[in-house]
Amino acid sequence: MNPEVPRVALAVERLSIRFGGLTAVESMSFAVNEGEVVSLIGPNGAGKTSAFNAITGYLPAASGDIAYRGERLNGMKPNRIAELGVVRTFQKTSVFAGQTVLDNILIGLHSRSRQYPIAILLGFPFVAREEEELVEEAHEILRFVGINAPAAELASSLPYGELRLLEVAVALAAKPTLLLLDEPVSGMNPTETANFMKTLTRIRARDITVLLVEHDMKIVMGVSDRVVCLNQGRIIAEGAPVEIQRNPEVIRAYLGERYARAQN
Amino acid sequence: MDQLLQHCLNALVLGGTYALLGIGLTLIFGIMRVVNFTHGELYSFGAYMMYMFVMLLHLDFFLSLLLAMLLGIALGAAIEFLLLRKLRGADIDTTMLVMIGAWIAMQNLEQLLWSGVAKSIRTPFPSSPLVIGALSVSWNRLFVLAVALGLIMSTYALVNRTRLGRAMRATFQDPDTAALMGVDIGTIYMSTFALGSGLAAAAGALLGPIFVVTPTMGDLASLKAFAIVILGGLGNIVGATIGGFILAFIEELGAGYISSGYRDAMGFLLIIAILLVRPTGLFSRKERIG
Amino acid sequence: MRRVVTIAGLAFLFSIPLWLGNFYLLHVLIITGIFIIAAMSLNLLLGYTGQLSLGHAAFFGIGAYVSSLASLGFEVHLLPDWLVTLDPKPVWFAMACAIVITGLCGWAIGRIAFKVRGAYFVIVTISFAEVVRLVALNWDELTQGPMALNNIPPLSVAIPGLVDITFIGKVANYYLVLVFAILAYVIIARLVRSRAGRAMIALKENEALAASVGIDVTKYLVLATVVSAAIAGAAGALYAQYVRIVDPNVFLFIYTVTMVIMVVAGGKGTLAGPVVGGVIFGLLPEGLRSLAIAPEVQWIVYGVLMILVVYLLPQGIVPALRSLRQHRHPINSEPQPHADASARQVAP
Repeated sequence: MNPEVPRVALAVERLSIRFGGLTAVESMSFAVNEGEVVSLIGPNGAGKTSAFNAITGYLPAASGDIAYRGERLNGMKPNRIAELGVVRTFQKTSVFAGQTVLDNILIGLHSRSRQYPIAILLGFPFVAREEEELVEEAHEILRFVGINAPAAELASSLPYGELRLLEVAVALAAKPTLLLLDEPVSGMNPTETANFMKTLTRIRARDITVLLVEHDMKIVMGVSDRVVCLNQGRIIAEGAPVEIQRNPEVIRAYLGERYARAQN
Repeated sequence: MDQLLQHCLNALVLGGTYALLGIGLTLIFGIMRVVNFTHGELYSFGAYMMYMFVMLLHLDFFLSLLLAMLLGIALGAAIEFLLLRKLRGADIDTTMLVMIGAWIAMQNLEQLLWSGVAKSIRTPFPSSPLVIGALSVSWNRLFVLAVALGLIMSTYALVNRTRLGRAMRATFQDPDTAALMGVDIGTIYMSTFALGSGLAAAAGALLGPIFVVTPTMGDLASLKAFAIVILGGLGNIVGATIGGFILAFIEELGAGYISSGYRDAMGFLLIIAILLVRPTGLFSRKERIG
Repeated sequence: MRRVVTIAGLAFLFSIPLWLGNFYLLHVLIITGIFIIAAMSLNLLLGYTGQLSLGHAAFFGIGAYVSSLASLGFEVHLLPDWLVTLDPKPVWFAMACAIVITGLCGWAIGRIAFKVRGAYFVIVTISFAEVVRLVALNWDELTQGPMALNNIPPLSVAIPGLVDITFIGKVANYYLVLVFAILAYVIIARLVRSRAGRAMIALKENEALAASVGIDVTKYLVLATVVSAAIAGAAGALYAQYVRIVDPNVFLFIYTVTMVIMVVAGGKGTLAGPVVGGVIFGLLPEGLRSLAIAPEVQWIVYGVLMILVVYLLPQGIVPALRSLRQHRHPINSEPQPHADASARQVAP
């Protein structure tokens, strides 16, 4: 195969999503290549999170196709999609709050473990051995992401920045080849954001393809290979970050929103 | 054919009181998200109050009925105030456990006060039934049906035509927004629980004189009310009314033509069947109230 | 240290019949033990997957009936001219049947649990128990209805030339129940500390997130209900072979409630919770009875206690004690980087 030609990882074709009579996403087509970082931007209500939900199986697509590495994802359950390597985070901070940091990661490592119910009930020795390996691996992930809190700490007692990192760590534990991050730095302070950028660079270095929904333009422009801009459920622009920054349609979409907000 | 009509007639009477039970529960369940295990105890409470007023205090039958219902309302308000108020916002399991505790305590208190011996209540109605052709129905049962229908329509009007009802509907849809709009959620919850309890007590007071009054009569009533709520959909008064009649018809016909031993099983089989096919209830397009 | 406590505790439990002269108390302990097994099984559902099953007595009762019927044998007309006959089977086999069949019932209920959650699931489980009770009450030909199944044989284990025990009498049954309870505890402990247990906890805490990391929510809900039902069925079978009479009252809602109280008071989602709650609420009725008060008052106290537990110890006794200990020894709770693996073993 020619390494120069990028291989398509995620292909979204003419995707439409409807809630009752309301159209959230209209005939959206875009693709993410292997190893790329692509950002999905657009004003609030543009359909970014709906698209995320449809790709990861949390929302049914009204029409259109979603395929990952040639496999059609439409109609698949979220856990099946995750098994294919498409793993997401959620916009609203989402961890297993009542569990320790370590257990959060161990839950994330679910698909990596090979313990089947009978082996667990009968207490086969490989189960205990595997548990040790999983704990080892969990610590590695925590180091990689840059969580300094003790692993035995309850997730609910983490500071906000670390909590958001933990979300990413849980997703990484599921061994994604395509990671979808839904506004990962929203609510972070500048230091935390800067830290997150570093983590994102490290994730990239592991050849994980990233699809990012983000409002923070500094992040978007800093990490993306390509940017897709949505407005009112349609793609209005697509291209390299610099092109997008200059695109009049994009500027209008954002200014329009701000204008409307000012009027309210 | 006559037999079938007779069964239908019986079902109609039974259905009215089932509907009362179901409406009370569906309001509480829908608005407060409380799985109310004391509902059946309010039902037997109504029946025992009827017994006390009519048989022990020798009050007028119709006055007793009114008093039983009012006391049911008061007891419901008290339960809401004492047990549920502090648990607002707690998860559904927590309130459910508290209600189970209250149910056990209330039922045994009843048993302690009234003993386990079944009580019967005298009625002012003529003992000879109304006979139309081959059909016969007692005057008491006709009275029960009439009162039940009256109460159902009053409740419907209350929820759909009054300010209180509007606040209840708003709370059902979104308690937080309703609170922001100036609805006093505490008052709504108390009114809802009191209203639901009053309807359950009324059902008990109405059926007590037809059957007999026992401390455990509320258990099946509770479970059947749950069945009706599921049939009709959460918080749906019309659904609960229809659900009450459907359950009564199925029980009556099932008992008549299949086996009387399985009479009470019909409702539960129905619940399981419905939830498997339509997990949100038979008549619910969306969860709604009114 | 922990191992010492465990061994000492087990030694104490095994020694009880040696010094407890009172056979009635031993009987109470046996019944309590049986209910603790049932409560542990309920905890797997309620505490770990977060599904409140209020039909748990159904699994218990089905276990009791299957075990009794298989050991007594039966003749029953499934259709007017279709007679099904079962010859009496050995009791160990009957008990195994009970476990398998309740497990299958658990599978069916687990499939339903996937469709309906929350309050609806609660009501489905209540309905299920009620239907089963009514069947037991009305299917006279099979169950003798309210007349009850009598003369159920006790468990006897005979391996030629090795052992030949019949579990009759209090002492033998005490040990039988104790061994079953330990087995159930070990099975549940293994399950919840494994990937399966983590999946259950994950689906209780945050179902959407659990699915996003590849956890098949349905599969683990079903697994939890199957194991839970099978253990409850085993408890029912033990009950039947011990008291040797089974009537439809084993399905009464109050038994489910007893199990729920044990779990909630002790601490749902902890391994020790149902045991602690079970001991308290198993022995409490006897304590109240010795005060010579009416059974109604006893139940009223029960109901009020239940409300108080929810208000005062919403997490249950075991977690409350644990946080108390952590407050007293803050240094011990400081996690060391590599002690995590063992720390996890400690925290159920």
